[in-house]
Amino acid sequence: MGQKNVATVISIKNITKKFRGSDGEQVHAIDNINFDIVEGEFISLIGPSGCGKSTLLRMIADLIEPSEGTISVNGKSPRQARLDRDYGFVFQSPTLYDWRTVLQNVELPLEIMKYPKAKRRERAEEMLGLVELGSFVNKYPWQLSGGMQQRVSIARALAFEPTILLMDEPFGALDEMTRERMNNELLRIWTAIPHMTVVFVTHSIAEAVYLSDRVVVLSARPGRLATIIDVDLPRPRGPETRDLDQFFHLTSQVRHSLRGGVGDLSKVIE
Amino acid sequence: MVANAQKSPSTPPLARAEAPPADTSAVRRVAGIVALVILAALLWEGAKAFASSVDYALPIAGATLDLTVFNDQQLPHLGAIANAFVQPAQRNGPPLYSELLSASAFTLQMAIGGFLMGGIIGFALAVIFAHSRFMQGGCLPYVVASQTVPILAIAPMIVIWLGRAGFQELAIPVIAAYLTFFPVVIYSLRGLTAVPPTALELMNSYAASKWETLVKLRLPNALPHIFTALKLSATASVVGAIIGELPSGIQQGLGIAILNFARSYTQSPERLWATIVMAGAVGIGFFVVIVILERLIVRWKRPEDG
Ligand SMILES: Nc1ncnc2c1ncn2[C@@H]1O[C@H](COP(=O)(O)OP(=O)(O)OP(=O)(O)O)[C@@H](O)[C@H]1O
Ligand SMILES: [Mg+2]
Repeated sequence: MGQKNVATVISIKNITKKFRGSDGEQVHAIDNINFDIVEGEFISLIGPSGCGKSTLLRMIADLIEPSEGTISVNGKSPRQARLDRDYGFVFQSPTLYDWRTVLQNVELPLEIMKYPKAKRRERAEEMLGLVELGSFVNKYPWQLSGGMQQRVSIARALAFEPTILLMDEPFGALDEMTRERMNNELLRIWTAIPHMTVVFVTHSIAEAVYLSDRVVVLSARPGRLATIIDVDLPRPRGPETRDLDQFFHLTSQVRHSLRGGVGDLSKVIE
Repeated sequence: MVANAQKSPSTPPLARAEAPPADTSAVRRVAGIVALVILAALLWEGAKAFASSVDYALPIAGATLDLTVFNDQQLPHLGAIANAFVQPAQRNGPPLYSELLSASAFTLQMAIGGFLMGGIIGFALAVIFAHSRFMQGGCLPYVVASQTVPILAIAPMIVIWLGRAGFQELAIPVIAAYLTFFPVVIYSLRGLTAVPPTALELMNSYAASKWETLVKLRLPNALPHIFTALKLSATASVVGAIIGELPSGIQQGLGIAILNFARSYTQSPERLWATIVMAGAVGIGFFVVIVILERLIVRWKRPEDG
Protein backbone atom coordinates (compact mmCIF):
# COMPACT_ATOMS: atom_id res chain seq x y z
CA MET A 1 0.00 0.00 0.00
CA GLY A 2 1.21 3.48 -0.66
CA GLN A 3 1.87 4.77 2.80
CA LYS A 4 3.43 8.04 1.77
CA ASN A 5 1.30 11.18 1.81
CA VAL A 6 -1.28 9.46 3.95
CA ALA A 7 -2.71 10.86 7.15
CA THR A 8 -1.65 9.51 10.52
CA VAL A 9 -4.66 7.94 12.21
CA ILE A 10 -3.17 6.66 15.45
CA SER A 11 -0.09 8.14 17.02
CA ILE A 12 1.57 6.44 19.97
CA LYS A 13 4.14 8.60 21.78
CA ASN A 14 6.35 7.54 24.70
CA ILE A 15 3.71 5.16 26.01
CA THR A 16 4.50 3.42 29.27
CA LYS A 17 2.07 1.36 31.33
CA LYS A 18 2.57 0.14 34.87
CA PHE A 19 -0.12 -1.84 36.62
CA ARG A 20 -0.42 -2.02 40.34
CA GLY A 21 -0.77 -5.74 40.98
CA SER A 22 -3.04 -7.25 43.60
CA ASP A 23 -0.07 -7.77 45.96
CA GLY A 24 0.83 -4.08 45.69
CA GLU A 25 3.75 -4.85 43.44
CA GLN A 26 4.08 -2.93 40.21
CA VAL A 27 3.87 -4.72 36.87
CA HIS A 28 5.76 -2.86 34.22
CA ALA A 29 3.76 -3.93 31.17
CA ILE A 30 4.79 -1.47 28.46
CA ASP A 31 7.94 0.63 28.26
CA ASN A 32 8.25 3.75 26.14
CA ILE A 33 6.67 2.68 22.88
CA ASN A 34 6.52 5.01 19.87
CA PHE A 35 4.99 4.49 16.45
CA ASP A 36 2.37 5.88 14.12
CA ILE A 37 -0.36 4.11 12.19
CA VAL A 38 -1.57 5.63 8.95
CA GLU A 39 -4.97 5.74 7.33
CA GLY A 40 -6.11 2.60 5.60
CA GLU A 41 -3.22 0.60 6.97
CA PHE A 42 -3.46 -3.00 8.17
CA ILE A 43 -0.98 -3.27 11.02
CA SER A 44 -0.28 -6.24 13.27
CA LEU A 45 1.13 -6.32 16.79
CA ILE A 46 3.04 -9.48 17.58
CA GLY A 47 5.08 -10.47 20.60
CA PRO A 48 5.51 -13.09 23.30
CA SER A 49 2.68 -13.75 25.70
CA GLY A 50 2.40 -11.10 28.40
CA CYS A 51 4.41 -8.48 26.52
CA GLY A 52 1.52 -6.05 26.62
CA LYS A 53 -0.17 -6.33 23.23
CA SER A 54 -3.66 -6.33 24.67
CA THR A 55 -2.67 -3.57 27.06
CA LEU A 56 -1.51 -1.39 24.16
CA LEU A 57 -4.69 -2.06 22.19
CA ARG A 58 -6.85 -1.29 25.23
CA MET A 59 -5.02 2.01 25.72
CA ILE A 60 -5.72 2.97 22.12
CA ALA A 61 -9.36 2.11 22.79
CA ASP A 62 -9.43 4.10 26.05
CA LEU A 63 -10.50 1.03 27.97
CA ILE A 64 -7.46 1.67 30.18
CA GLU A 65 -5.18 4.69 30.54
CA PRO A 66 -1.43 4.87 29.96
CA SER A 67 0.84 5.69 32.91
CA GLU A 68 3.00 7.94 30.76
CA GLY A 69 2.91 9.25 27.22
CA THR A 70 0.15 10.27 24.88
CA ILE A 71 -1.93 8.53 22.27
CA SER A 72 -3.92 10.33 19.67
CA VAL A 73 -6.66 8.74 17.61
CA ASN A 74 -7.94 10.62 14.57
CA GLY A 75 -6.19 13.67 16.01
CA LYS A 76 -8.16 13.41 19.25
CA SER A 77 -7.61 11.94 22.69
CA PRO A 78 -8.55 8.24 22.89
CA ARG A 79 -11.41 9.22 25.21
CA GLN A 80 -12.85 11.61 22.67
CA ALA A 81 -12.39 9.01 19.93
CA ARG A 82 -14.27 6.50 22.05
CA LEU A 83 -17.07 8.97 22.75
CA ASP A 84 -17.21 9.71 19.02
CA ARG A 85 -17.39 5.97 18.33
CA ASP A 86 -14.39 6.13 16.02
CA TYR A 87 -13.38 2.49 16.47
CA GLY A 88 -14.86 -0.97 16.65
CA PHE A 89 -13.27 -3.50 19.00
CA VAL A 90 -13.13 -7.24 18.39
CA PHE A 91 -12.20 -9.29 21.46
CA GLN A 92 -10.38 -12.59 21.56
CA SER A 93 -13.62 -14.30 22.60
CA PRO A 94 -16.65 -13.34 20.50
CA THR A 95 -18.37 -11.74 23.54
CA LEU A 96 -21.83 -12.09 22.06
CA TYR A 97 -24.76 -11.55 24.41
CA ASP A 98 -26.46 -14.94 24.94
CA TRP A 99 -29.92 -13.42 25.21
CA ARG A 100 -29.76 -11.73 21.83
CA THR A 101 -30.13 -13.35 18.46
CA VAL A 102 -27.36 -12.93 15.89
CA LEU A 103 -29.21 -9.99 14.35
CA GLN A 104 -29.90 -8.39 17.73
CA ASN A 105 -26.25 -8.74 18.70
CA VAL A 106 -25.18 -6.85 15.61
CA GLU A 107 -27.88 -4.26 16.31
CA LEU A 108 -26.61 -3.69 19.87
CA PRO A 109 -24.16 -0.85 19.11
CA LEU A 110 -26.72 0.69 16.76
CA GLU A 111 -29.33 0.74 19.53
CA ILE A 112 -26.89 2.46 21.86
CA MET A 113 -26.01 4.93 19.13
CA LYS A 114 -29.70 5.66 18.60
CA TYR A 115 -29.98 4.56 15.00
CA PRO A 116 -33.62 4.46 13.86
CA LYS A 117 -35.11 0.98 13.96
CA ALA A 118 -35.35 0.43 10.22
CA LYS A 119 -31.81 1.68 9.63
CA ARG A 120 -30.57 -0.60 12.41
CA ARG A 121 -32.00 -3.65 10.83
CA GLU A 122 -30.79 -2.72 7.39
CA ARG A 123 -27.20 -2.10 8.59
CA ALA A 124 -27.13 -5.28 10.69
CA GLU A 125 -28.39 -7.40 7.81
CA GLU A 126 -25.90 -5.80 5.45
CA MET A 127 -23.01 -6.51 7.82
CA LEU A 128 -24.14 -10.09 8.40
CA GLY A 129 -24.26 -10.47 4.65
CA LEU A 130 -20.70 -9.20 4.48
CA VAL A 131 -19.51 -11.90 6.89
CA GLU A 132 -21.71 -14.40 5.02
CA LEU A 133 -24.07 -15.15 7.88
CA GLY A 134 -27.18 -13.74 6.23
CA SER A 135 -29.16 -16.93 6.83
CA PHE A 136 -28.38 -17.09 10.55
CA VAL A 137 -29.93 -13.82 11.68
CA ASN A 138 -32.48 -15.42 13.97
CA LYS A 139 -30.19 -17.95 15.65
CA TYR A 140 -28.94 -17.57 19.18
CA PRO A 141 -25.16 -17.50 19.71
CA TRP A 142 -25.04 -21.03 21.16
CA GLN A 143 -26.37 -22.37 17.88
CA LEU A 144 -23.27 -21.12 16.02
CA SER A 145 -19.75 -22.52 15.77
CA GLY A 146 -16.83 -20.57 17.24
CA GLY A 147 -15.75 -19.23 13.87
CA MET A 148 -19.28 -18.11 13.03
CA GLN A 149 -19.58 -16.39 16.41
CA GLN A 150 -16.37 -14.48 15.77
CA ARG A 151 -17.72 -13.41 12.36
CA VAL A 152 -20.82 -12.06 14.12
CA SER A 153 -18.59 -10.09 16.44
CA ILE A 154 -16.74 -8.64 13.45
CA ALA A 155 -20.05 -7.70 11.85
CA ARG A 156 -21.05 -6.05 15.13
CA ALA A 157 -17.79 -4.07 15.28
CA LEU A 158 -18.30 -2.86 11.71
CA ALA A 159 -22.01 -2.11 11.99
CA PHE A 160 -21.69 1.53 12.99
CA GLU A 161 -19.10 2.26 10.31
CA PRO A 162 -16.08 3.00 12.49
CA THR A 163 -12.98 4.11 10.59
CA ILE A 164 -10.73 2.02 12.84
CA LEU A 165 -11.00 -1.67 13.67
CA LEU A 166 -9.10 -2.86 16.75
CA MET A 167 -8.80 -6.65 16.96
CA ASP A 168 -7.30 -8.52 19.90
CA GLU A 169 -6.36 -12.03 18.73
CA PRO A 170 -9.75 -12.50 17.13
CA PHE A 171 -8.86 -15.89 15.61
CA GLY A 172 -6.66 -17.16 18.43
CA ALA A 173 -9.14 -19.82 19.48
CA LEU A 174 -9.74 -21.21 15.99
CA ASP A 175 -8.10 -24.17 14.29
CA GLU A 176 -5.54 -23.51 11.57
CA MET A 177 -7.91 -24.20 8.65
CA THR A 178 -10.67 -21.98 9.97
CA ARG A 179 -8.15 -19.32 10.85
CA GLU A 180 -6.83 -19.17 7.27
CA ARG A 181 -10.35 -18.92 5.92
CA MET A 182 -11.14 -16.15 8.41
CA ASN A 183 -7.95 -14.33 7.37
CA ASN A 184 -9.17 -14.27 3.79
CA GLU A 185 -12.59 -13.08 4.89
CA LEU A 186 -11.03 -10.30 6.93
CA LEU A 187 -8.90 -9.14 4.00
CA ARG A 188 -11.97 -9.18 1.78
CA ILE A 189 -13.91 -7.05 4.29
CA TRP A 190 -11.02 -4.66 4.82
CA THR A 191 -10.70 -4.20 1.06
CA ALA A 192 -14.44 -3.65 0.73
CA ILE A 193 -14.40 -0.74 3.20
CA PRO A 194 -12.17 2.04 1.87
CA HIS A 195 -9.88 3.89 4.29
CA MET A 196 -10.49 1.50 7.14
CA THR A 197 -7.50 1.11 9.42
CA VAL A 198 -7.01 -2.24 11.18
CA VAL A 199 -4.85 -2.83 14.26
CA PHE A 200 -4.57 -6.57 14.68
CA VAL A 201 -3.01 -8.36 17.66
CA THR A 202 -1.86 -11.91 17.05
CA HIS A 203 0.39 -14.70 18.28
CA SER A 204 0.81 -16.14 14.83
CA ILE A 205 3.75 -15.03 12.68
CA ALA A 206 2.19 -16.38 9.49
CA GLU A 207 -1.08 -14.62 10.20
CA ALA A 208 0.65 -11.31 10.90
CA VAL A 209 2.68 -11.44 7.70
CA TYR A 210 -0.18 -12.68 5.55
CA LEU A 211 -2.56 -9.92 6.60
CA SER A 212 -0.46 -6.86 7.24
CA ASP A 213 1.14 -3.87 5.59
CA ARG A 214 3.44 -3.66 8.60
CA VAL A 215 4.19 -5.95 11.52
CA VAL A 216 5.11 -4.36 14.84
CA VAL A 217 7.25 -6.74 16.89
CA LEU A 218 7.24 -6.25 20.64
CA SER A 219 9.80 -7.71 23.02
CA ALA A 220 8.98 -9.39 26.31
CA ARG A 221 8.37 -7.69 29.64
CA PRO A 222 8.35 -4.87 29.87
CA GLY A 223 6.99 -4.66 26.33
CA ARG A 224 9.27 -2.60 24.13
CA LEU A 225 9.18 -1.96 20.43
CA ALA A 226 11.68 -4.44 18.94
CA THR A 227 11.21 -3.59 15.29
CA ILE A 228 8.67 -2.75 12.64
CA ILE A 229 8.77 -4.91 9.54
CA ASP A 230 7.33 -3.68 6.23
CA VAL A 231 5.42 -6.39 4.41
CA ASP A 232 5.60 -5.64 0.71
CA LEU A 233 3.77 -8.74 -0.45
CA PRO A 234 1.51 -8.03 -3.41
CA ARG A 235 -2.20 -7.60 -2.88
CA PRO A 236 -4.76 -9.05 -3.28
CA ARG A 237 -3.35 -11.90 -1.25
CA GLY A 238 -4.54 -15.48 -1.43
CA PRO A 239 -3.43 -19.06 -0.75
CA GLU A 240 -0.61 -18.64 -3.29
CA THR A 241 0.82 -15.77 -1.24
CA ARG A 242 1.83 -18.26 1.44
CA ASP A 243 3.98 -20.11 -1.08
CA LEU A 244 6.02 -17.08 -2.14
CA ASP A 245 9.72 -17.01 -1.24
CA GLN A 246 9.12 -13.49 -0.02
CA PHE A 247 6.54 -14.83 2.45
CA PHE A 248 9.06 -17.30 3.90
CA HIS A 249 11.65 -14.58 4.04
CA LEU A 250 9.34 -12.22 5.92
CA THR A 251 8.13 -14.83 8.42
CA SER A 252 11.71 -15.73 9.29
CA GLN A 253 12.53 -12.05 9.63
CA VAL A 254 9.69 -11.67 12.14
CA ARG A 255 10.78 -14.83 13.91
CA HIS A 256 14.33 -13.53 14.24
CA SER A 257 13.28 -10.24 15.71
CA LEU A 258 11.02 -12.10 18.13
CA ARG A 259 14.02 -14.20 19.22
CA GLY A 260 15.96 -11.00 19.71
CA GLY A 261 13.78 -10.34 22.70
CA VAL A 262 13.85 -12.66 25.69
CA GLY A 263 10.72 -14.28 26.98
CA ASP A 264 8.21 -17.00 26.52
CA LEU A 265 7.89 -17.82 22.85
CA SER A 266 5.93 -20.98 23.49
CA LYS A 267 2.64 -19.33 22.51
CA VAL A 268 4.01 -17.97 19.26
CA ILE A 269 3.03 -20.34 16.50
CA GLU A 270 3.82 -20.20 12.87
CA MET B 1 -28.96 -32.64 21.79
CA VAL B 2 -25.49 -31.27 21.20
CA ALA B 3 -25.39 -33.15 17.92
CA ASN B 4 -28.74 -31.62 17.00
CA ALA B 5 -27.51 -28.14 17.67
CA GLN B 6 -24.43 -28.58 15.54
CA LYS B 7 -26.29 -30.15 12.72
CA SER B 8 -28.84 -27.38 12.48
CA PRO B 9 -26.66 -25.00 10.41
CA SER B 10 -26.56 -27.56 7.59
CA THR B 11 -30.33 -28.00 7.78
CA PRO B 12 -31.67 -24.46 8.01
CA PRO B 13 -35.25 -25.33 6.98
CA LEU B 14 -35.63 -27.17 10.30
CA ALA B 15 -34.76 -24.08 12.27
CA ARG B 16 -37.79 -24.53 14.51
CA ALA B 17 -36.99 -28.13 15.30
CA GLU B 18 -35.80 -27.33 18.82
CA ALA B 19 -39.28 -27.41 20.34
CA PRO B 20 -40.19 -31.13 20.09
CA PRO B 21 -37.34 -32.41 22.33
CA ALA B 22 -38.35 -29.89 25.01
CA ASP B 23 -41.94 -31.23 24.86
CA THR B 24 -40.97 -34.87 25.33
CA SER B 25 -38.75 -33.90 28.25
CA ALA B 26 -41.70 -32.06 29.81
CA VAL B 27 -43.85 -35.17 29.42
CA ARG B 28 -41.09 -37.23 31.00
CA ARG B 29 -40.82 -34.77 33.87
CA VAL B 30 -44.55 -34.88 34.58
CA ALA B 31 -44.44 -38.70 34.46
CA GLY B 32 -41.61 -38.58 36.99
CA ILE B 33 -43.56 -36.35 39.33
CA VAL B 34 -46.63 -38.60 39.11
CA ALA B 35 -44.48 -41.65 39.83
CA LEU B 36 -42.99 -39.93 42.90
CA VAL B 37 -46.44 -39.04 44.23
CA ILE B 38 -47.59 -42.63 43.79
CA LEU B 39 -44.45 -43.88 45.53
CA ALA B 40 -45.00 -41.51 48.46
CA ALA B 41 -48.62 -42.66 48.77
CA LEU B 42 -47.53 -46.31 48.73
CA LEU B 43 -44.95 -45.61 51.45
CA TRP B 44 -47.54 -43.79 53.55
CA GLU B 45 -50.14 -46.54 53.36
CA GLY B 46 -47.49 -49.29 53.49
CA ALA B 47 -46.06 -47.93 56.74
CA LYS B 48 -49.55 -47.74 58.23
CA ALA B 49 -50.42 -51.27 57.15
CA PHE B 50 -47.14 -52.62 58.50
CA ALA B 51 -47.52 -50.81 61.87
CA SER B 52 -51.07 -52.08 62.19
CA SER B 53 -50.00 -55.66 61.37
CA VAL B 54 -47.55 -55.67 64.31
CA ASP B 55 -50.12 -53.98 66.59
CA TYR B 56 -48.08 -50.73 66.67
CA ALA B 57 -45.28 -52.28 68.69
CA LEU B 58 -42.18 -53.55 66.92
CA PRO B 59 -39.79 -55.57 69.03
CA ILE B 60 -36.19 -54.81 68.05
CA ALA B 61 -33.17 -56.20 69.88
CA GLY B 62 -34.96 -56.64 73.20
CA ALA B 63 -36.69 -53.22 73.21
CA THR B 64 -40.07 -52.40 71.67
CA LEU B 65 -40.44 -49.61 69.16
CA ASP B 66 -43.65 -47.62 69.62
CA LEU B 67 -45.37 -47.29 66.23
CA THR B 68 -48.57 -45.60 67.43
CA VAL B 69 -47.72 -42.51 65.30
CA PHE B 70 -48.89 -44.61 62.38
CA ASN B 71 -52.34 -45.24 63.81
CA ASP B 72 -55.46 -43.65 62.36
CA GLN B 73 -55.59 -40.94 65.05
CA GLN B 74 -52.10 -39.69 64.30
CA LEU B 75 -51.67 -40.42 60.62
CA PRO B 76 -55.01 -40.70 58.85
CA HIS B 77 -55.50 -42.85 55.77
CA LEU B 78 -55.09 -40.98 52.50
CA GLY B 79 -58.69 -41.93 51.76
CA ALA B 80 -59.79 -40.28 55.01
CA ILE B 81 -57.93 -37.10 54.10
CA ALA B 82 -59.53 -37.07 50.67
CA ASN B 83 -62.91 -37.70 52.26
CA ALA B 84 -62.39 -34.81 54.70
CA PHE B 85 -62.34 -32.41 51.76
CA VAL B 86 -65.95 -33.18 50.87
CA GLN B 87 -67.31 -33.35 54.43
CA PRO B 88 -68.53 -30.15 56.07
CA ALA B 89 -66.11 -28.80 58.67
CA GLN B 90 -68.93 -27.53 60.85
CA ARG B 91 -72.29 -29.11 61.24
CA ASN B 92 -74.53 -27.97 58.34
CA GLY B 93 -71.63 -25.87 57.03
CA PRO B 94 -70.21 -25.94 53.52
CA PRO B 95 -67.85 -28.81 52.61
CA LEU B 96 -64.28 -28.36 53.79
CA TYR B 97 -62.85 -27.96 50.28
CA SER B 98 -64.94 -24.86 49.58
CA GLU B 99 -63.85 -23.36 52.91
CA LEU B 100 -60.23 -24.19 52.14
CA LEU B 101 -60.51 -22.81 48.62
CA SER B 102 -61.66 -19.43 49.83
CA ALA B 103 -59.02 -19.50 52.58
CA SER B 104 -56.40 -20.35 49.92
CA ALA B 105 -57.61 -17.53 47.71
CA PHE B 106 -57.16 -15.10 50.59
CA THR B 107 -53.73 -16.43 51.56
CA LEU B 108 -52.56 -16.52 47.94
CA GLN B 109 -53.64 -12.91 47.49
CA MET B 110 -51.60 -11.93 50.56
CA ALA B 111 -48.68 -14.03 49.33
CA ILE B 112 -48.74 -12.42 45.88
CA GLY B 113 -48.81 -9.00 47.50
CA GLY B 114 -45.81 -9.91 49.64
CA PHE B 115 -44.05 -11.51 46.70
CA LEU B 116 -44.42 -8.39 44.57
CA MET B 117 -43.46 -6.08 47.41
CA GLY B 118 -40.45 -8.18 48.38
CA GLY B 119 -39.45 -8.66 44.76
CA ILE B 120 -39.55 -4.96 43.92
CA ILE B 121 -37.78 -3.89 47.12
CA GLY B 122 -35.22 -6.69 46.77
CA PHE B 123 -34.49 -5.86 43.15
CA ALA B 124 -34.24 -2.13 43.84
CA LEU B 125 -31.78 -2.80 46.67
CA ALA B 126 -29.73 -5.07 44.38
CA VAL B 127 -29.55 -2.36 41.70
CA ILE B 128 -28.39 0.19 44.31
CA PHE B 129 -25.83 -2.23 45.75
CA ALA B 130 -24.55 -3.12 42.27
CA HIS B 131 -23.81 0.53 41.54
CA SER B 132 -22.47 1.63 44.90
CA ARG B 133 -19.83 -0.30 46.72
CA PHE B 134 -20.37 2.07 49.64
CA MET B 135 -24.07 1.22 49.94
CA GLN B 136 -23.34 -2.46 49.49
CA GLY B 137 -20.73 -2.47 52.22
CA GLY B 138 -22.91 -0.41 54.54
CA CYS B 139 -26.29 -2.06 54.03
CA LEU B 140 -25.80 -5.64 52.87
CA PRO B 141 -24.81 -6.87 56.37
CA TYR B 142 -28.14 -5.56 57.71
CA VAL B 143 -30.02 -7.31 54.92
CA VAL B 144 -28.32 -10.56 55.92
CA ALA B 145 -28.86 -9.90 59.63
CA SER B 146 -32.58 -9.28 59.00
CA GLN B 147 -32.97 -12.93 58.06
CA THR B 148 -31.46 -14.19 61.30
CA VAL B 149 -34.27 -12.56 63.32
CA PRO B 150 -37.11 -15.10 63.73
CA ILE B 151 -40.07 -13.99 61.64
CA LEU B 152 -42.39 -15.20 64.43
CA ALA B 153 -40.95 -12.52 66.72
CA ILE B 154 -41.23 -9.76 64.16
CA ALA B 155 -44.67 -10.59 62.79
CA PRO B 156 -46.67 -9.34 65.85
CA MET B 157 -44.69 -6.09 65.85
CA ILE B 158 -45.42 -5.47 62.20
CA VAL B 159 -49.12 -6.11 62.85
CA ILE B 160 -49.14 -3.62 65.74
CA TRP B 161 -47.09 -0.93 63.99
CA LEU B 162 -49.03 -1.05 60.74
CA GLY B 163 -52.29 -1.26 62.71
CA ARG B 164 -51.44 1.95 64.58
CA ALA B 165 -50.53 3.61 61.31
CA GLY B 166 -53.87 2.58 59.85
CA PHE B 167 -52.50 0.08 57.32
CA GLN B 168 -53.50 -3.14 59.06
CA GLU B 169 -54.46 -4.78 55.76
CA LEU B 170 -50.83 -4.42 54.68
CA ALA B 171 -49.48 -6.35 57.65
CA ILE B 172 -49.66 -9.83 56.09
CA PRO B 173 -48.08 -8.88 52.74
CA VAL B 174 -45.32 -7.01 54.59
CA ILE B 175 -44.56 -10.07 56.71
CA ALA B 176 -44.49 -12.22 53.56
CA ALA B 177 -42.26 -9.63 51.87
CA TYR B 178 -39.86 -9.82 54.80
CA LEU B 179 -39.18 -13.44 53.82
CA THR B 180 -39.19 -12.93 50.06
CA PHE B 181 -36.99 -9.88 49.50
CA PHE B 182 -33.86 -11.58 50.76
CA PRO B 183 -33.27 -14.17 48.01
CA VAL B 184 -34.13 -11.52 45.43
CA VAL B 185 -31.45 -9.15 46.79
CA ILE B 186 -28.78 -11.82 46.91
CA TYR B 187 -29.43 -13.46 43.55
CA SER B 188 -30.13 -10.22 41.66
CA LEU B 189 -26.96 -8.66 43.02
CA ARG B 190 -25.01 -11.67 41.87
CA GLY B 191 -26.56 -11.57 38.41
CA LEU B 192 -26.08 -7.82 38.04
CA THR B 193 -22.43 -7.90 39.04
CA ALA B 194 -21.23 -11.26 37.73
CA VAL B 195 -20.89 -9.88 34.21
CA PRO B 196 -17.96 -11.06 32.07
CA PRO B 197 -15.34 -8.27 32.03
CA THR B 198 -15.16 -8.20 28.23
CA ALA B 199 -18.95 -7.87 28.00
CA LEU B 200 -18.58 -4.70 30.08
CA GLU B 201 -15.62 -3.47 28.02
CA LEU B 202 -17.78 -3.91 24.93
CA MET B 203 -20.33 -1.51 26.43
CA ASN B 204 -17.52 0.92 27.33
CA SER B 205 -16.18 0.75 23.80
CA TYR B 206 -19.58 2.02 22.62
CA ALA B 207 -19.44 4.79 25.25
CA ALA B 208 -22.71 3.38 26.61
CA SER B 209 -24.27 5.08 29.63
CA LYS B 210 -24.71 3.37 33.01
CA TRP B 211 -28.42 3.11 32.27
CA GLU B 212 -27.88 1.41 28.89
CA THR B 213 -25.36 -0.94 30.47
CA LEU B 214 -27.92 -1.80 33.15
CA VAL B 215 -30.77 -2.37 30.74
CA LYS B 216 -28.91 -4.06 27.89
CA LEU B 217 -26.29 -6.02 29.80
CA ARG B 218 -26.64 -6.30 33.58
CA LEU B 219 -30.38 -6.92 33.65
CA PRO B 220 -30.60 -9.64 31.00
CA ASN B 221 -27.47 -11.21 32.48
CA ALA B 222 -29.22 -11.24 35.87
CA LEU B 223 -32.53 -12.68 34.64
CA PRO B 224 -31.72 -16.38 35.13
CA HIS B 225 -30.44 -15.56 38.64
CA ILE B 226 -33.51 -13.47 39.37
CA PHE B 227 -35.78 -16.34 38.39
CA THR B 228 -33.92 -18.65 40.75
CA ALA B 229 -34.66 -16.14 43.50
CA LEU B 230 -38.31 -15.75 42.45
CA LYS B 231 -38.84 -19.50 42.63
CA LEU B 232 -37.58 -19.48 46.21
CA SER B 233 -39.62 -16.36 46.96
CA ALA B 234 -42.83 -17.80 45.55
CA THR B 235 -42.95 -20.65 48.05
CA ALA B 236 -41.55 -18.49 50.86
CA SER B 237 -44.26 -15.90 50.29
CA VAL B 238 -46.98 -18.50 50.95
CA VAL B 239 -45.26 -19.57 54.17
CA GLY B 240 -44.82 -15.89 55.09
CA ALA B 241 -48.49 -15.10 54.46
CA ILE B 242 -49.60 -18.06 56.61
CA ILE B 243 -47.29 -16.97 59.44
CA GLY B 244 -48.44 -13.38 59.03
CA GLU B 245 -52.08 -14.37 59.50
CA LEU B 246 -51.49 -15.80 62.96
CA PRO B 247 -50.89 -12.56 64.90
CA SER B 248 -53.11 -10.48 62.62
CA GLY B 249 -56.38 -11.82 63.96
CA ILE B 250 -57.73 -12.09 60.43
CA GLN B 251 -60.07 -15.09 60.21
CA GLN B 252 -60.10 -15.75 56.46
CA GLY B 253 -56.87 -17.47 55.54
CA LEU B 254 -55.14 -20.82 55.66
CA GLY B 255 -53.16 -19.74 58.74
CA ILE B 256 -56.24 -19.54 60.92
CA ALA B 257 -57.58 -22.80 59.44
CA ILE B 258 -54.31 -24.51 60.38
CA LEU B 259 -54.50 -23.08 63.89
CA ASN B 260 -58.13 -24.20 64.38
CA PHE B 261 -57.68 -27.69 62.96
CA ALA B 262 -54.51 -28.18 64.99
CA ARG B 263 -56.58 -27.57 68.11
CA SER B 264 -59.04 -30.29 67.14
CA TYR B 265 -56.34 -32.62 65.81
CA THR B 266 -57.09 -35.45 68.23
CA GLN B 267 -60.74 -35.60 67.09
CA SER B 268 -60.19 -35.20 63.36
CA PRO B 269 -56.54 -35.17 62.23
CA GLU B 270 -57.57 -35.51 58.59
CA ARG B 271 -58.81 -31.89 58.50
CA LEU B 272 -55.39 -30.53 59.40
CA TRP B 273 -53.82 -32.84 56.85
CA ALA B 274 -56.29 -31.65 54.22
CA THR B 275 -55.34 -28.06 55.04
CA ILE B 276 -51.65 -28.89 54.75
CA VAL B 277 -52.26 -30.50 51.35
CA MET B 278 -54.08 -27.34 50.29
CA ALA B 279 -51.31 -25.02 51.53
CA GLY B 280 -48.74 -27.18 49.74
CA ALA B 281 -50.77 -27.03 46.54
CA VAL B 282 -50.92 -23.23 46.75
CA GLY B 283 -47.13 -22.98 47.17
CA ILE B 284 -46.42 -25.45 44.39
CA GLY B 285 -48.93 -23.74 42.10
CA PHE B 286 -47.25 -20.39 42.63
CA PHE B 287 -43.86 -21.99 42.02
CA VAL B 288 -45.05 -23.57 38.78
CA VAL B 289 -46.38 -20.22 37.54
CA ILE B 290 -42.90 -18.73 38.03
CA VAL B 291 -41.29 -21.66 36.23
CA ILE B 292 -43.64 -21.13 33.28
CA LEU B 293 -42.86 -17.40 33.26
CA GLU B 294 -39.16 -18.23 33.27
CA ARG B 295 -39.62 -20.57 30.30
CA LEU B 296 -41.40 -17.80 28.42
CA ILE B 297 -38.89 -15.07 29.21
CA VAL B 298 -35.50 -16.81 29.41
CA ARG B 299 -35.73 -18.36 25.97
CA TRP B 300 -32.12 -18.05 24.85
CA LYS B 301 -30.74 -21.02 26.78
CA ARG B 302 -29.55 -24.13 24.97
CA PRO B 303 -31.92 -27.00 25.66
CA GLU B 304 -29.48 -28.98 27.83
CA ASP B 305 -29.17 -25.99 30.19
CA GLY B 306 -32.69 -26.87 31.37
N1 LIG C 1 -5.44 -5.17 34.90
C1 LIG C 1 -4.18 -5.61 35.12
N2 LIG C 1 -3.63 -5.54 36.35
C2 LIG C 1 -2.39 -5.96 36.57
N3 LIG C 1 -1.57 -6.46 35.63
C3 LIG C 1 -2.05 -6.55 34.37
C4 LIG C 1 -3.38 -6.13 34.06
N4 LIG C 1 -3.60 -6.35 32.73
C5 LIG C 1 -2.45 -6.88 32.27
N5 LIG C 1 -1.51 -6.99 33.23
C6 LIG C 1 -0.15 -7.49 33.07
O1 LIG C 1 0.47 -6.76 32.05
C7 LIG C 1 1.25 -7.61 31.23
C8 LIG C 1 0.79 -7.49 29.80
O2 LIG C 1 -0.51 -8.06 29.69
P1 LIG C 1 -1.25 -8.17 28.29
O3 LIG C 1 -2.54 -8.84 28.54
O4 LIG C 1 -1.29 -6.85 27.65
O5 LIG C 1 -0.28 -9.13 27.49
P2 LIG C 1 -0.48 -9.74 26.04
O6 LIG C 1 0.70 -9.39 25.24
O7 LIG C 1 -1.80 -9.36 25.49
O8 LIG C 1 -0.44 -11.29 26.36
P3 LIG C 1 -1.21 -12.45 25.59
O9 LIG C 1 -0.51 -12.60 24.30
O10 LIG C 1 -1.01 -13.65 26.46
O11 LIG C 1 -2.64 -12.05 25.44
C9 LIG C 1 1.10 -9.00 31.80
O12 LIG C 1 2.21 -9.27 32.59
C10 LIG C 1 -0.13 -8.94 32.63
O13 LIG C 1 -0.01 -9.78 33.73
MG1 LIG D 1 -3.61 -10.39 25.04
